[in-house]
Amino acid sequence: MDFSLNDEHVALRDAVQRFCDGEYPAHQRGNLETPAVAATRWAGMAELGLLGLPFDPELGGSGQSAIELMLVAQEFGRSLGGGGWLSSVVLAGQLLAETGTPGQCSRWLPALASGELRLALAFGEADSRYDLAHVAATARMVNGAYRIDGRKTLVLDGDTADVIFVVARSAGAVHEPHGLTIFAVDAKAHGVHVQPFTTLDGRGAAHVNFDGVQVDADAIVGTAGEALPLLETAVDRAAAALCAEAAGAIEALLDLTAEHLRTRKQFGAPLAKFQVLQHRVADMLIALEQVKSMACAAAMAVDAGDVPQRRHIVSAAKALAGQLGRQVGLAGIQLHGAMGMTDECRAGHYAKRLLVINQLFGDAAHHLQRLASQPQC
Amino acid sequence: MKLEFSAADEAFRQEVRAFVAANLSDDIKRKVELGLRLEHEDYVTWFRKLESRGWITPGWPVEHGGPGWNHVQRYIFDEETLLGGAPRIIASGIQMLGPVLIAFGTEAQKKRYLADIRHSATWWAQGFSEPGAGSDLAAVRTTAVKGSDADGEHFIVNGHKVWTSYAQWCSMMFALVRTDPTAKAQEGISFLLIDMKSPGIDLRPIRMLEGGTDLNEVYLDNVRVPAENLVGELNNGWSYGKYLLGHERTGIAGIGSCKQQLARARTLAAQQGLGDDPLLRWRLAQFEIELMALEFTALRLLSANQKSRVPAVEASMLKVRGTELRQAIFELLVDIAGPNAVPFSAASQFLDGVAEGPAPVELGSLAANCLDSRKLSIYGGANEVQRNLIAKAFLAP
Repeated sequence: MDFSLNDEHVALRDAVQRFCDGEYPAHQRGNLETPAVAATRWAGMAELGLLGLPFDPELGGSGQSAIELMLVAQEFGRSLGGGGWLSSVVLAGQLLAETGTPGQCSRWLPALASGELRLALAFGEADSRYDLAHVAATARMVNGAYRIDGRKTLVLDGDTADVIFVVARSAGAVHEPHGLTIFAVDAKAHGVHVQPFTTLDGRGAAHVNFDGVQVDADAIVGTAGEALPLLETAVDRAAAALCAEAAGAIEALLDLTAEHLRTRKQFGAPLAKFQVLQHRVADMLIALEQVKSMACAAAMAVDAGDVPQRRHIVSAAKALAGQLGRQVGLAGIQLHGAMGMTDECRAGHYAKRLLVINQLFGDAAHHLQRLASQPQC
Repeated sequence: MKLEFSAADEAFRQEVRAFVAANLSDDIKRKVELGLRLEHEDYVTWFRKLESRGWITPGWPVEHGGPGWNHVQRYIFDEETLLGGAPRIIASGIQMLGPVLIAFGTEAQKKRYLADIRHSATWWAQGFSEPGAGSDLAAVRTTAVKGSDADGEHFIVNGHKVWTSYAQWCSMMFALVRTDPTAKAQEGISFLLIDMKSPGIDLRPIRMLEGGTDLNEVYLDNVRVPAENLVGELNNGWSYGKYLLGHERTGIAGIGSCKQQLARARTLAAQQGLGDDPLLRWRLAQFEIELMALEFTALRLLSANQKSRVPAVEASMLKVRGTELRQAIFELLVDIAGPNAVPFSAASQFLDGVAEGPAPVELGSLAANCLDSRKLSIYGGANEVQRNLIAKAFLAP
């Protein structure tokens, strides 16, 4: 049992922090990215090696573990940065690296690592909430090829992805755990309709319709008909990374809040002198330490590869990060007073990200449910 | 970073578990598991078992009889003994005075007192709080005036200590007393060792909410204390008191106790037919994640510091979270008892009284335990004071 960071961990964290401090100026954090700015940042992430972090060196990566991804995610949380990284690298990229054929991996992963390609994972549907087996989209064999039909919702970074990994049902009824298959689809393929939108926290996403999209069997990523465990692993990895993002966002929001309380004066004294506000800050700090610890535990559980343990710890971590993150985010607005309600003040942008983090990849209620329904481990 | 305990740690865990199973009597175990009153001899019996194995003073240096464990081993020891139904090491001689004497005592004091503390031959009372000095400990007003007579140099102590735990079992007391009334609050306080059988000491038990009488008032009326019973320097007692309160932080979060009580909640819920109650399952799951977060936070903060002394702010955070979580679990236990939490009899707090108790055996003590747990956020620096410390360190300009 060891929670300590080694020298390489610290060096990576410091490098990402420098990158974020440069790319995401404090007063702009949380703002919508223009395509030009997004492209510069994406190139910067590639240059720093962040887009290939978990992949094999021969595929342009550096073979790092979930611990390193956690450290990066925490810095992105702090700077409200890293747009696109979670979808391309953590979610879709690792799914590909784990289950793709050598041909698929060498076709897409080096391009992702060098910043030439973006990926997205389309798994959610209008009625699925957080149930990964709830897939109505179909993949039917027609004349030796697959024909994909269905409507995928809330595809993170689906607005800019070059290749979309879509989960479709090749057999079985809507809720069945078996019969799911993942296909890699070119975002510009005939029949793919991308409807871009912006998320609450100012990020790109899309609803994507697949109308008779034709793909060959070599577009299948992983085992045909048995995609659910792969998908669950991918979503758990993303949930673990979001816990780290929450920790970073909470930490940055606390720094902003402390600065405000030290400088803002009311009733003849800085707000930091008021005990009732001090106690709220103390509770926020205690929340931060817990979310940090759970983010570490979740990353370690992802690396360890024991599925029941991973489910147990990731669910605990995500539920807690979701609850405490949102709580701290909204408290951050309160402690900034009316300024906290404005678009100009960054506190609200952190609150928005923390709120969104709870809603993605299973909210606190979903993960409590999953934890409660698991056998004790 | 690693989530698993090492093979050596796991082997140590098995060793502790086997020791508890082989050495803890059924009566004591049952009292602990049912939250019933433990007698002095229960503690002494168990502490002497630990002593014979060299495990009674986990926080002491090896040369003074400590086992030389690292923070993970100490953590495992706490968890395994509590989960096995053993009493906590509550003796303030072991937890508090020992480390102070080792750090600041004279050779003569160490020789005279440490071995008796280890063997549970002497129990020590903590004479810190006073009616006018609770969380604000620097306000102590008990005076000690230095003088000398035919029998040698001595202090004459006058004052009133309160909330003194288990003073009825104690033959000695370590106390903070004011030796320089003209100095500022924290200065002018000294750390004295007082024989409880001295003339002029009057002990009065305080009856608490849940019926217990383990807390006492101690009146000191012209009590003569030999000058050699001063620990460290005159007027420097505040810093020894702070050292004492800062020691032994490994167990401050009470994780073993939380696990013990949560396990109790699961068992009782099943017994009460609430095993499949969705709302209860939800609450248990919520407690489980909060406990996990507390546990990993304690381990992370300890490993970040690589030693058993956690900096003050982290210790305050663990104290606040750990005590509030434990209190919340006790409230859950009361909820599980339902209407059975209402009947109350003092007899139900004792093992031999349980059978005639008004409620089913396992439920009779729950409400009393819940009330008793309110002390957790009051003692050792009220949680509000801890929050002040946490926030002030962070908000300092």
